[in-house]
Amino acid sequence: MKKVAGDNTNANTGSSIRVIPGWDAAIPPHIDNLFNVPIGFFELLDEIAIGVVILSLDRKIVVMNQTLKALTGFSQKEFFGVACAHILRSNVCLHDCPVLHINEKSSPKCNEGNLINKNRQLIPIRITSAPLKNINGKIIGFLETVEDINLLRKIDETASHAYNFNNIIGRSPEMEKIFQILPSLAQTDSSVLITGETGTGKDMVAETIHHASNRAKGPFVKINCGALPETLLESELFGHRKGAFTGAVENKPGRIQLAHNGTLYLTEIGDLPLSLQIKLLTFLDDKEIFPLGGIKGFTADVRIIAATHRNLEQRVNSNRFRKDLLFRLNVIRLHLPPLRDRQGDIQLLLDHFLNTLSTQMGKKKLDLSRKALKILLTYNYPGNVRELRNIVEYAINICGDRQIKLKHLPSYLIEAGPFDMTAAAQDPPSRLAFKTEDSRFIRTGPHQNWSDIEKRMIMEALIKAGGRKNKAAVSLGWARSTLWRKLKQYGIR
Amino acid sequence: MAKIETIRYTLIMPIKILIPLYENDVAPRFDLATEVLIVSGIDKTGSGDKRMMVLPRASADQLCHLIITEGIQTVICSGIEDDYYQYLTWKRIEVIDSVVGSSQSALNHYVEGTLKPGDIL
Repeated sequence: MKKVAGDNTNANTGSSIRVIPGWDAAIPPHIDNLFNVPIGFFELLDEIAIGVVILSLDRKIVVMNQTLKALTGFSQKEFFGVACAHILRSNVCLHDCPVLHINEKSSPKCNEGNLINKNRQLIPIRITSAPLKNINGKIIGFLETVEDINLLRKIDETASHAYNFNNIIGRSPEMEKIFQILPSLAQTDSSVLITGETGTGKDMVAETIHHASNRAKGPFVKINCGALPETLLESELFGHRKGAFTGAVENKPGRIQLAHNGTLYLTEIGDLPLSLQIKLLTFLDDKEIFPLGGIKGFTADVRIIAATHRNLEQRVNSNRFRKDLLFRLNVIRLHLPPLRDRQGDIQLLLDHFLNTLSTQMGKKKLDLSRKALKILLTYNYPGNVRELRNIVEYAINICGDRQIKLKHLPSYLIEAGPFDMTAAAQDPPSRLAFKTEDSRFIRTGPHQNWSDIEKRMIMEALIKAGGRKNKAAVSLGWARSTLWRKLKQYGIR
Repeated sequence: MAKIETIRYTLIMPIKILIPLYENDVAPRFDLATEVLIVSGIDKTGSGDKRMMVLPRASADQLCHLIITEGIQTVICSGIEDDYYQYLTWKRIEVIDSVVGSSQSALNHYVEGTLKPGDIL
C-alpha cells in the first residue's frame, strides 16, 4: 500500500471527518514546464502572503499554505484530509458554504466573516472561493483564499477618524483646518468666538472643545442669550439672592457660578441685550460675579465660549453690540463654513446620516437613487447640516423600499431645484421675496454673504431704474424709506 | 491494574458532559452551535444517558448559561473564543477544545482518558 501524506485516520472510530486524498509523500507535487526545472508546489504556495487552501470536491482540505497555517494555528499533519469547516472554523462555512454554490460557470465568490483559530482568537476574514478545473473545464476541486482583514479594519477606522473629530464629520479642506486647530485650541483657556450660519454645528464644536479640554471633568453650561427676556436672563446668568425681586423666594446660583471649573457656552451672543453686555464685560475682566441683590461676589473660574450666527462687526457698527465685549470674546475665532462651501462633505454626511438614522429607526440600510442623490448634492442647504439631517430623516421615514427615490424627498427640494437658496441661509424668510425684475432668483458666488448680495441687488435695481430711487424701491418690493436706510447702511450714494 | 480501572470507572460515572453539535460531529464553533449533546452517567463503552437539546439560537452567552444551569462538568468543543474558555474554566468547568471528530469518537476517547485539546479524531 502506498504511503500517503497525513495518513493518521483513526481506524477504531471510523471517523468520517478525515479522508485520504493526496499524493505520494515521497514525491511532493511540483509544477513542470513553467521553468526549465520543476518547481515545488508547496514552496510556491508558501510564498503567497495571503492564506490559500485547496479543497477536494467533497470540501476536504488537500493543501494549505504557510500563511493560512499561521492564521488557523493548524499544521499540515493535522488538517490534511479534514473537512474544511472544521479547520477554518469560519461562520461563512457554517452558515452558507460558498463552495456549495460554485459551478463550472461561476466566477469567484467573496464573503466576509470571521474564524476562531487554535489560539481561541476571533479573527475577521475575507474568503474568496473559486472553482479549480481540469483541462476539460470540469471542476475537480476548489481554491479558497483567506485574508485577515483585522489590519484593514484598523486602517479603515483610522481613515474614518481622519474625517471626523468627536462627532463632527467632514473631509473638506475647510473642515480639516478646523479639525487641526481644535485639539490645540481646547488646551488653552482663552475665550472662543464661534461664528457661522445656523445649522453649521456651532454647539457641537463648543461641546467638543469642552470635552477635549482640561475642564472636561467640570460642567459644560449652555445658555441661549436670545431665548430669555433681559431681566430673566440676568438672573439666569448671574443668579439672585432671596428677596432681590418679587418672586425671588430663595437664593439661586447663576449659570456662571454653576459653570465654575468648567465651560460656559453663550449661544446667540449677538442677541445679548446691551445692559447685560456691560455686566458680562465686567465679569470677563474681574472674573467675579455679583448675584442680583447680593453684596458678596463669587469668583468663578470659567472658560467662555460664545457663538452667534450674526455678523458681530456689523452689529458693533450699528451700536447693537459693544466693541469692547467683541474684542474680549474674539480671542480665538472659529468660523464654521456653510455646507454649500464644504466640497465633498455633503456625500459624506449623507452616508453618515443614512447609516446612523436608519439604524436608530430600526430600518434596513437604505441607499439613494441616482436622481435623488443628484438633487441632494446640488441643493444649497440654507439650513446647513441640520437641514441635511432632517431631509434624510424625512426620507427614511417616508421610504418603504430599500432605495430612497425622488418621491421620498421633501417636495420643496424638487420645487427649489437648481435655484440658489443662499439668501435663505443668511436672513429671515421674509427677505426671500427679493427678486430681480425678471423674477429670477439672484445667483451668488460661494463666498458671498447676505450683505454682499443685498448690496448688489440694490445696485442692480438702481442701475435698471436709471438712478431713480422710487422706481428701484418698487422693483425691490421695498418702501422708499427702507431703500433709503439700506443705502445709508451700505454707504451707497 | 484492575483496581486502577475500577477507580477510574467510578470517577467517570458522575461526570456530566456537553458537546456542541454540527450534525454528528463536534461543532466547529462553540458560538455557532444550535444543537448540543448532554451526556451523563457515561460508562466505559462511551454510552450513557444522552440528551440532545436544540437551542433557540446560536449564542455563546446562552450556551455558557446552559452549561452552568445544567451543572455540566466537562465541555468538549472545537473553536471557542478565549473569553468563553476563560469564563468556563474560571467556573471550574473542564474545557477540552479544538477537538475535531464525531461526537461519539470524542466521547469514546474521553472515557478512555486519551482525549486532549487539539485532537483530530
